[in-house]
Amino acid sequence: MSRNSPVGLWRRFLALPNDSPTKTIGVAFLVSLVAAIAVSTTSVALKPRQEAHIQAAREANLAAMIATLPGLADAMRETGAETLETVVVALETGEIDPSIDPAAFDFLTAQTDPTQSQQLAAAVDTAKIGQRPNFAPVYLLRGTDALALVVLPVYGTGYQSNIRAYLALHGDLTTIAALSIYEQGETPGLGTRITDPAWQALWSGKQTTDGQGDVTITVVRGSATTATEVDGITGATRSTTGVSNLVRFWLGDQGYGPFLKRLKAGDL
Amino acid sequence: MIEILIKSVFQENLALTFFLGICTFLAVSKRVETALGLGAAMIVVQSLTVPINYLIFQGLLVEGAWGWAGLPEVDLTFLKLISFIGVIAAIVQILEMSLDRYAPALHQSLGVFLPLITVNCAILGGSLFMVERRYTLPESVVYGIGSGIGWALAIVVFAAIRERLRYADVPEGLRGLGIAFIVTGLMSMGFSAFVGVTLP
Amino acid sequence: MSRKSNLHHLTAPLIDNNPVTLQMLGICSALAVTTALDTALIMSLALLTVLATASTLISLIRAHLPSSIRLVVQITIIASLVIVTDQVLRAFAYEISERLSVFVGLIVTNCIVLGRAESFAMHNPAWPSFLDGVGNGLGYGMILMVVATIRELLGSGALFGVNVLPLAVAGGWFEPLGFMLLAPSAFFIIGLLIWAIRTRRPQQVEANELVILTQEATDQP
Repeated sequence: MSRNSPVGLWRRFLALPNDSPTKTIGVAFLVSLVAAIAVSTTSVALKPRQEAHIQAAREANLAAMIATLPGLADAMRETGAETLETVVVALETGEIDPSIDPAAFDFLTAQTDPTQSQQLAAAVDTAKIGQRPNFAPVYLLRGTDALALVVLPVYGTGYQSNIRAYLALHGDLTTIAALSIYEQGETPGLGTRITDPAWQALWSGKQTTDGQGDVTITVVRGSATTATEVDGITGATRSTTGVSNLVRFWLGDQGYGPFLKRLKAGDL
Repeated sequence: MIEILIKSVFQENLALTFFLGICTFLAVSKRVETALGLGAAMIVVQSLTVPINYLIFQGLLVEGAWGWAGLPEVDLTFLKLISFIGVIAAIVQILEMSLDRYAPALHQSLGVFLPLITVNCAILGGSLFMVERRYTLPESVVYGIGSGIGWALAIVVFAAIRERLRYADVPEGLRGLGIAFIVTGLMSMGFSAFVGVTLP
Repeated sequence: MSRKSNLHHLTAPLIDNNPVTLQMLGICSALAVTTALDTALIMSLALLTVLATASTLISLIRAHLPSSIRLVVQITIIASLVIVTDQVLRAFAYEISERLSVFVGLIVTNCIVLGRAESFAMHNPAWPSFLDGVGNGLGYGMILMVVATIRELLGSGALFGVNVLPLAVAGGWFEPLGFMLLAPSAFFIIGLLIWAIRTRRPQQVEANELVILTQEATDQP
């Protein structure tokens, strides 16, 4: 075994005193190399399986949404639709973008990716989301002669967490069919009451506008008096205000407003 | 900026509101002098790591950071956790070597908890909050100093209470660690009173 | 290295040298993940895996680790193991990994892993280090499960998500204690747990720092 064979070199390297500069750099380099290889191989090798899971989860989400929104399953049965039509909408103009594949569109990433979203000025950012994605998926249920249902994914900041929900509108685009909150991390026992089926049911049938076209739906403290107000929850004012703000934001001009206007005008 | 400073010390105290860095919090709080020493070390580490991690995050990890090398789409934000910890580990190692050289008594009394500052969730948490809240560089400096002061304040107050507890007639089984847990719980309930306070 | 002393590394951290109740390590996560039993269980298993593997690896290279970079090297090994664990979870147990995504990252900062690496693995051979890692992981898991049982049962009336106590809102008699879902409750529960353990194991009781002298002791002879 010559002194310069790989094994010989390795033995000499190991025999160096620990504090020598060569050994220090050598050990640091080797550990980093091994760690990097381990992490990269695992990530690359497992990526296909992870992608499959994400896809399955997305489909399960859609199925779960159909199951949670009351009346949606019935409406689908009436019109004979098998599932909801998913389209990707450009929020700025309100147009459907046919070039984006709805099945592959990753809404969650688009929400925070600086290249797929726009920074919002604090004055218009009433849902406190920081930036607004350029595109969003919308789920349509077309009836035999008119639009039956539109489901809008909405989200915003509550008291201490992100709140995500589906807002379903009837074919007239001003009556709420249902609000279904599927993700939140609010104060247990207080803010989390926004997920009570009883409270979410209060949204069904409410009007989003006051007839003049301005978005007026809001959550009030105490009991609601008009068709555009929803009862508040005592002790959960900040959480319900968060929900109210995010619904208003997404129905407004920064959200799905332009899309809803076009839909109503029959452009789409 | 003042608001960030005040909030990080009181309303969003890393130790008593978010419960970060509790192991060290409980272990090094028997004497006020050691607590002061550790608190000072935390302030130094935090004030250095948050701005440095900001520079690394913006300069190397975010998408577009490698535009000058002709690779504008490269997005390395998934490396944020490991690079932040790397920076923190390096700074703590330097701090440990300096303490060993210039303040050996403090080095001795901190023991294994000095290298544990590396994995002190409070330090990493501070950097992660800085990313999540999109602070700018000056805001990162203020936040680093403020959150360090907040944690130090919590541990010094806690140490002062524990020193008093030495004279109290605590049941045997609760003596030391047990009563420390309960006092921490009470302190955090007290600090939660700050949550609704907003500055004019 | 007798077989008896090696087994000792496995059993000591369960109660006699428990990482949470005696060594004061791993507490941050004990507060966050113990609101429900399923998250506590998965977190314990993930930590046990990372701890045992990291301790073994660090012990294997301890002879050749320059002291100036030892912290950074330890952290690199631990962080890489956590990332690999996270990737494996996401590929093979997706629903669970979704719930645990934040917590698995917390293992990197879990004091137990680095604490045992510094105190034990750096000074002991590989097999005892492995056993020590498993033992501490089990000790940590035990405490987590006990706290989670109390918090989930009293805070939501359920165990592993399955409703056990009839809830008042559903017509039963049990009004959940909302306080159990907030972090300070975990502090109180662990404090009381320590009291219980030290009553059974008086040798863990900390000595009184101020001994009140009796009159006879201070009288001049």
